[in-house]
Amino acid sequence: MKWKTNNLLFIHVTRIVAFLILTFSIYLFFAGHDDPGGGFIGGLMTACSVLLLYLTFDKRKIDEMLPINYVYLIPAGLLIAFGTGFLGILFADPYLTQYFDYFTLPWIGEFELATAVLFDVGIYLGVAASALVIIVTIAGDE
Amino acid sequence: MSFLHWAILIPFLFAIIVPMLYKYIRPVHTGWFILIVPSVLFVFFLPYINPVADGETFMETVPWVPSLGINFSAFIDGWSLLFALLITGIGALVVLYSIYYLDKKYEDLTNFYVHLLMFMGAMLGVVLSDNVIVLYVFWELTSISSTLLISYWYHRDASINGALKSLNITVLGGFAMLAGFALLYVMTGTFSIQEMIGQAGGVIDHPLFLPTIILILLGAFTKSAQFPFHIWLPDAMEAPTPVSAYLHSATMVKAGIYLVARFTPLFGGAPEWFWIIAGGGLLTLLWGSLSAIRQKDLKGLLAYSTVSQLGMVMCLLGLGSAALYFDDANELYTVAILAAVFHLFNHASFKGSLFMTAGIVDHETGTRDIRALGGLMLVMPATATISLIGAASMAGIPPLNGFLSKEHFFMAITDATEYGIFNMETAGMLFPVIGWLASVFTFVYCCIFFFKTFAGPFEPERFAKKVHEAPIGMLISPAVLGLVVVIVGIFPNLLSQSIIEPSMAAILQGLPTDAEAFTVDIEHWHGFDLELFMTIGVVGFGSLLYLAMGKWRKLSIYNKTTDPFSPVYDSGITGLLKGSRLITNVQMTGRLRDYLTFVSAFFLIITIWTMIRYDAFVIDTQNISEISTYEVVLVGLLVISMLALPFIQQRVAAIVVLGFVGFLIALFFVNFRAPDLALTQLLIETVLVILFMLAFYHLPEFRKEKMKASFKWSNALLSFGVGLMVTLIALSAFSYGQGHDFSPVSDYYIENSADLAGGYNMVNVVLVDFRALDTVLEVLVLGVAALAVVALIRLKMKEGDDI
Repeated sequence: MKWKTNNLLFIHVTRIVAFLILTFSIYLFFAGHDDPGGGFIGGLMTACSVLLLYLTFDKRKIDEMLPINYVYLIPAGLLIAFGTGFLGILFADPYLTQYFDYFTLPWIGEFELATAVLFDVGIYLGVAASALVIIVTIAGDE
Repeated sequence: MSFLHWAILIPFLFAIIVPMLYKYIRPVHTGWFILIVPSVLFVFFLPYINPVADGETFMETVPWVPSLGINFSAFIDGWSLLFALLITGIGALVVLYSIYYLDKKYEDLTNFYVHLLMFMGAMLGVVLSDNVIVLYVFWELTSISSTLLISYWYHRDASINGALKSLNITVLGGFAMLAGFALLYVMTGTFSIQEMIGQAGGVIDHPLFLPTIILILLGAFTKSAQFPFHIWLPDAMEAPTPVSAYLHSATMVKAGIYLVARFTPLFGGAPEWFWIIAGGGLLTLLWGSLSAIRQKDLKGLLAYSTVSQLGMVMCLLGLGSAALYFDDANELYTVAILAAVFHLFNHASFKGSLFMTAGIVDHETGTRDIRALGGLMLVMPATATISLIGAASMAGIPPLNGFLSKEHFFMAITDATEYGIFNMETAGMLFPVIGWLASVFTFVYCCIFFFKTFAGPFEPERFAKKVHEAPIGMLISPAVLGLVVVIVGIFPNLLSQSIIEPSMAAILQGLPTDAEAFTVDIEHWHGFDLELFMTIGVVGFGSLLYLAMGKWRKLSIYNKTTDPFSPVYDSGITGLLKGSRLITNVQMTGRLRDYLTFVSAFFLIITIWTMIRYDAFVIDTQNISEISTYEVVLVGLLVISMLALPFIQQRVAAIVVLGFVGFLIALFFVNFRAPDLALTQLLIETVLVILFMLAFYHLPEFRKEKMKASFKWSNALLSFGVGLMVTLIALSAFSYGQGHDFSPVSDYYIENSADLAGGYNMVNVVLVDFRALDTVLEVLVLGVAALAVVALIRLKMKEGDDI
């Protein structure tokens, strides 16, 4: 990889910041229903954190650390997103109808469960994987 | 979902498990499992005969897109029942035949049976759907499955060419038909055929009537291989013979006839409808029979004969539509419909058996060329007998069923001259003359088919294989059809009340069905009348012509087998390819800035034209909110950086400035309190900058481009124009909204996002709930783009490679 760097400061900051961004992206994903965030933004931010790793370290090292073929994640995410749509059909509603309800658990209190989260998981995976695939492929081109 | 719907869907569902059957149960030929489907369906449809004969009809509806009036309605009356029985009955025989025709050791049975079942379901869908949109969907499915079946032996060029030809022609017709259906909806306000027929009165006088019937008939004529669209059918003979017997003679090619008859109650009685169908059919009849004589290939001969017989049925349907002009059930007109229905059934029986015997000959001798064949009568006696029955019936020899329907055909075309409408007393004289002439040719090619194959001396050394009679299993199906030919020929009235009368009632809906003309009584002997003399003439002249074959077989017209219309199609296709390549080469320069120029210029032209055309430029500065210093600063920075961009000579700097512009826009979103948008914009910008930086490695050295000043000026003008137009349109839209009472779409989302979707972030609820389909399709686009990048980079194309 041509863009390997030896900037010590950059390397050390990345080691911490990349995982902060990753954590924040997961927070953003779950915040999505009621606050700014969601699958699209969360996915992009996840991609950003991984890209930061790629920018800082050797591609081979990152490939060892994250042995994931992002290409497979694209159809996986799409299948999840398209698949949750069939839930609506099962209940004789239009395709992609989302359901939600509120539950109460002791100690935790009231919380909400929504099928939209499942759908969002699909979007999250699809977006993150697409962004990564495009950039990593172009970067890896000799 | 009623049983009727399941009957249509079962073949599709069964097709899903075919690959598993083929993979895991190898010792048994997969066809034996497939045989269950048409057999069960045939038995399922049989009990409908009695109630339908009593005048009952069945309609079952399942909503599909109810908001657009598109419902999956299955409808059964005499006419659709006849087709349903043909599809399942002949389907069962064809599957049985195919078990012996296709060797399970060498052939890929999965492809064959999956596509065959797909076709069966689609064809049932065509004839049982009452909704024209659903009908159209099934109609195109039959075209697609037909194409797949023709290209079954896909390593042969001829198969691929034939398949493409049939696809091009039939799908083109299908598109025209869809447009016709849309026009029908404009005229009647419904997609249901029965509802349209219920209000038939206004259709014929409607100004859209002629375009509608032309479009719909284009669909019917291409599908039913009518002149001059017939050229795809002979080429479709590259398909395995069971397919030819099933799709290309007994069922699919009759879909056009089905459609014409189905719409006869709606359009019948108009001179245009009468002349296009009757005239087109007559021409097809003559052309098909003439071309059939010239064929040297057994299946090619049968293909042209199918074309000609389809033309005959089509012609009869056109003639019979006159009954609706008179609104009178006189036998003078109804006899044409009777002959059409009866001949349709007879044709399916004798042509099915003939195709199967031709397939046997091909299978056992290895050739279908009539110049090589001969003398098989003693080697293959059973095949010869069945062929003789089929060919004699096709030629119109008593007492077989083909004779009876041919007599009714003569009766109909001679009666037609007495209609006294649509110039029939003058131009109508063509009908008996051409009809009789075509029957003579029909007789001749029937003789060629039988005698050239089976008569004469047998010379075993002419064949590559050792010739012997086909296995018994292969003979069952043609024998059953041959038996039907004989039985119906001797006892024709077996079908009268059960099949023919209800079908006629369905085609001539609206006429009093209790009239005497609807009572069908088919007799062999009418006395010495015109029809009998015509038949005698056909046999006499036909025999003479066949015996004189030695004289005319040397003519050059006989030795050229290609249809004169095929080159027209071929040059059309090459012209189309050449033309589209030319246009593509002009616009696809491979330079991004050219594409941007096209897009911007087009945008500019179309918006300016629209705005001027509707006089929509309004600028109203009332009610504009105050502009804060913060916004002024942002806009100022934005303008400065945009202006700076074109003058930056270093690539990295250009990327950084461009990223700066993006982040400024994110700040705008923050200013307008749209955190979701701001966040998205920030992230996208980050990813984009990284992407640009990466692409930077792959670009050639940045060099100052020496371009003409005028070129740059035009670019500047274009970008300035686009910017100005967007601003003007935005201002005009704002001003327009001032004077009118519009409520923004967002109000709905503000009110309902918490209650209906349980989320308090409206933007996100819109994304995952209200407009989830948009979101998932956008991600699909993104995913496809990503995969395309992988494909482009990993599978690099070399210079000069074509896509």
